[in-house]
Amino acid sequence: MPIVSLAFKSLLNRRFTAALTVMSIALSVALLVGVERLRTEARASFANTLSGTDLIVGARSGAVQLLLYSVFRIGDATNNMSWQSYQDIARHPKVAWSVPLSLGDSHRGFRVLGTSQAYFERYQYARDRRLVLAEGGPFSDLYDAVLGAEVATELGYRIGDPIVVAHGASDVSFARHEDKPFRVSGILARTGTPVDRTVHVSLEAIEAIHIDWQSGAPLPGLSVSAEQARKMDLTPKAITAALVGLKSKVATFSVQRYVNEYPEEPLSAILPGVALSQLWGLIGVAENALLVVSAFVVVVGLFGMLTALLTSLNERRREMAILRSVGARPGHVFALIMGEAGFLTLIGIALGLGLLYLLLLFAQPLMESMYGIFIAIGSPSSYELLLLGALVIAGFVVGSIPAYRAYRYSLADGLSIRI
Amino acid sequence: MRELFVQRSTNLTHLQRYGSLKGSWREVGPLVIDIKDLEFRWHPGGETVLSLETMRVDPGEHLFIEGPSGSGKSTLLSLLAGVTTTQAGSVRVLDRPLERLGSVERDHFRADHVGYIFQMFNLIPYLSVVDNVLLPCRFSARRRDRALTRGGGLEAEARRLLGHLDMDHPELLGRAVTTLSVGQQQRVAAARALMGSPELLIADEPTSSLDADRRESFIRLLFDECRQAASTLVFVSHDATLECLFHRTVNLARINRRPGTLIDAAEMGT
Repeated sequence: MPIVSLAFKSLLNRRFTAALTVMSIALSVALLVGVERLRTEARASFANTLSGTDLIVGARSGAVQLLLYSVFRIGDATNNMSWQSYQDIARHPKVAWSVPLSLGDSHRGFRVLGTSQAYFERYQYARDRRLVLAEGGPFSDLYDAVLGAEVATELGYRIGDPIVVAHGASDVSFARHEDKPFRVSGILARTGTPVDRTVHVSLEAIEAIHIDWQSGAPLPGLSVSAEQARKMDLTPKAITAALVGLKSKVATFSVQRYVNEYPEEPLSAILPGVALSQLWGLIGVAENALLVVSAFVVVVGLFGMLTALLTSLNERRREMAILRSVGARPGHVFALIMGEAGFLTLIGIALGLGLLYLLLLFAQPLMESMYGIFIAIGSPSSYELLLLGALVIAGFVVGSIPAYRAYRYSLADGLSIRI
Repeated sequence: MRELFVQRSTNLTHLQRYGSLKGSWREVGPLVIDIKDLEFRWHPGGETVLSLETMRVDPGEHLFIEGPSGSGKSTLLSLLAGVTTTQAGSVRVLDRPLERLGSVERDHFRADHVGYIFQMFNLIPYLSVVDNVLLPCRFSARRRDRALTRGGGLEAEARRLLGHLDMDHPELLGRAVTTLSVGQQQRVAAARALMGSPELLIADEPTSSLDADRRESFIRLLFDECRQAASTLVFVSHDATLECLFHRTVNLARINRRPGTLIDAAEMGT
């Protein structure tokens, strides 16, 4: 292997330009693999925004729309579903559990979700993680509220603080439920899901604050105090959507059909996993664009190597003649340049991966707490290995250009030294 | 002895000289170089660059090839080193017809049997002095084996050769080859060419960048080493003052039958 050690020593001799080339390859590799990893993890974390729920049921609409308002709290429901329909579905023999969701109010920009205690037990994300209370406890009183982690940090709320819920998504003073303030009873640990940005209250509380309201405005002359409301019937007349868990996954489609064909009112049941991946398909274009851009950065890095090797060739024609004089074949000269390209690429990849892992080590806790994206620091995935393999091949292909030139030179020059 | 050679080398055509002196050379085995009816063109149908009727070199001979630029020196050396081949006639080196060998075989042949010294800048800049000297052993197992038998170890043999050329000082060995003086670089190049005792040593104006007194001492060192390694030396130079040191001189401009050469040579004053 005389050529390999020659290639290495030659690079060592030009260590400054070699280091620059290696750095540009390393950075592009770190970017490429980093984007790829972020992409996979973001997709996985997105697809796991809601898990453990077999069906989401709501008024008839598109799957993505239902998902957007019931899970992501984006937009509004086209229609509500009646409490009676919900009860029918909850009592379906194949349904194991159900969690009602009632949306429509907000608190200083954060959506208020009316739900039942079961929500805290049934809501799962990131495959099998459950909601955990960081402080306090779930609702014990009618006017108790449980805050998502981001709501609490952003607004600086502590356990016991009073909060006032506004009617609708906008926060204008005349549409506040000021007569019935809530008390913070618990704060949830961070999940990285829309739960963090939600104020949770009980379904009955939603009913209570709207008891003297009609068509989005307080009924004039009719005012029910918070204490009076406690004694009234707080069974909701309608909810926005419901999370449904089944006794067996096998029943998914039969229950879905049951809901879709429910005769009393038009309803939709969607599979959250399918809807989530549909939604990701919409926003995934950006993610692909990112990968394409980073692939182009790699191409730029390789072009840097090509330039560095090509510009060095002319001044190295003497070296080629010397090598030929001691018995090197033109093939050896080709191998020498290829070896250099190979070293540059491989060292670049190794350094790039090292850089990425170092970066991940620092960024991992930040990413998890800030965006709820958990990036596993494991060995490269098979797709990442595929990318790296393609990169190695690309490195050799790029290296073959100056290598072939050097080969031609050494054939043409022979032992005559041209400068 | 030398005066005798010098005298013989003047005014006689090569053939006459060779024929009359044949018996006086050390005859060890077959001819090292045996060229017959050589016609060389760079491109088929192009101009003839080199045309030699005959040229023969005996084992152990120190041959001086003299000729101005353009007399076909580099072409001849390329042919002898097996980098190029002739289209007509034959170039036998060490009894092998080079024109009948493939390019890979010729490269192997050069690696195994030929040591080559350039005019200047002989050294690979990123290798140490010793690594430069060891270079032939990396491409030829034969020279590697020979160096091992001779020196006991590759590095030991390299240092032995460097020592003979007055280059085995720790201070010199540790320096980057680009910081060595031209004379030092040429001596390292000579050590490299002699590494593994190749049968044929080709030196292409190795002294042209040295000043007069260093020139002669360099050539004497080269002769000593060639003698020890039993190598044949083909030494090319346009500096006619050196020819007295050699066994025999060939004036390439005279023996090259290519049209125009003689006129050129006449113009150059030879």
